[in-house]
Amino acid sequence: MVKSIFKATILFVLIAVTAYLAFYYAPIEKSMGVIQKIFYLHIASAFSAFVAFGICFYANLRYVFTRRPKSDWLGVSAAEVGLAFISVVLITGPIWAHPVWGIYWTWDARLTLTFVLGLLYVSYLLLRSMIEEPDKRALLSALFGIFAFLDVPLVYFSIRWWRTQHPQPVILGGPGSGLEPRMRISYLLMWGALTGLLILLLNARYKLEALRASVEQLRREAEVR
Amino acid sequence: MKNLDSVLAAYLAGWAIFFVYYISVSQRMSALRDEVERLKTLLTKGK
Repeated sequence: MVKSIFKATILFVLIAVTAYLAFYYAPIEKSMGVIQKIFYLHIASAFSAFVAFGICFYANLRYVFTRRPKSDWLGVSAAEVGLAFISVVLITGPIWAHPVWGIYWTWDARLTLTFVLGLLYVSYLLLRSMIEEPDKRALLSALFGIFAFLDVPLVYFSIRWWRTQHPQPVILGGPGSGLEPRMRISYLLMWGALTGLLILLLNARYKLEALRASVEQLRREAEVR
Repeated sequence: MKNLDSVLAAYLAGWAIFFVYYISVSQRMSALRDEVERLKTLLTKGK
């Protein structure tokens, strides 16, 4: 308990510092103005979601080959945490878009594929909730999770492959792209804070799944008696 | 500053999602711990 409070306090301080940097240290972008400050949370959440879905993909592949329950626990934990991060992306994006584009949403390749990504992982969790038998649930959801991850590279490369309303990348976007140094520091610290949050949430969710497996085991024992 | 309210709304919504999710995980964990205790008691009585 003390350990959890300590971790949460460190993260809270880190988040407060990063918010301060994003609001006061990072300069105001010339063309968009203050609304561009959503960038720090929006992009860092998107990258954290990709990391979480990447962990889910790895765990799903591992489950298919090893059939170890721990891989299944990691898979579902990462999927749920990734969904929290992608929800932040899908909410902050339209808030940013409205003053800049004049619309909250458009069905361009990047936005549509990101929305589909969210739906795929909601489906992954729904699929799990519909299957009672643990081994069958783990295998089918692992196979579905492997398929769902295919959307991640499509989301990432969509703005390079197709003409979209969504702007071109400013990070790893090639010549002419990049961030002003103070913006870069603010962004990297925000991403660091969100990565810390990702680890904290993933750890908590994994423990929950392990506990759920114990409950299922105890229930089976109780039924046998 | 123009659009500052939108920036604040975006940050508040973002942190609220993470906070609510963490609370939901903690609550589910607490419910499962109670269930483990209940089942263990049930199994001990059955012996």
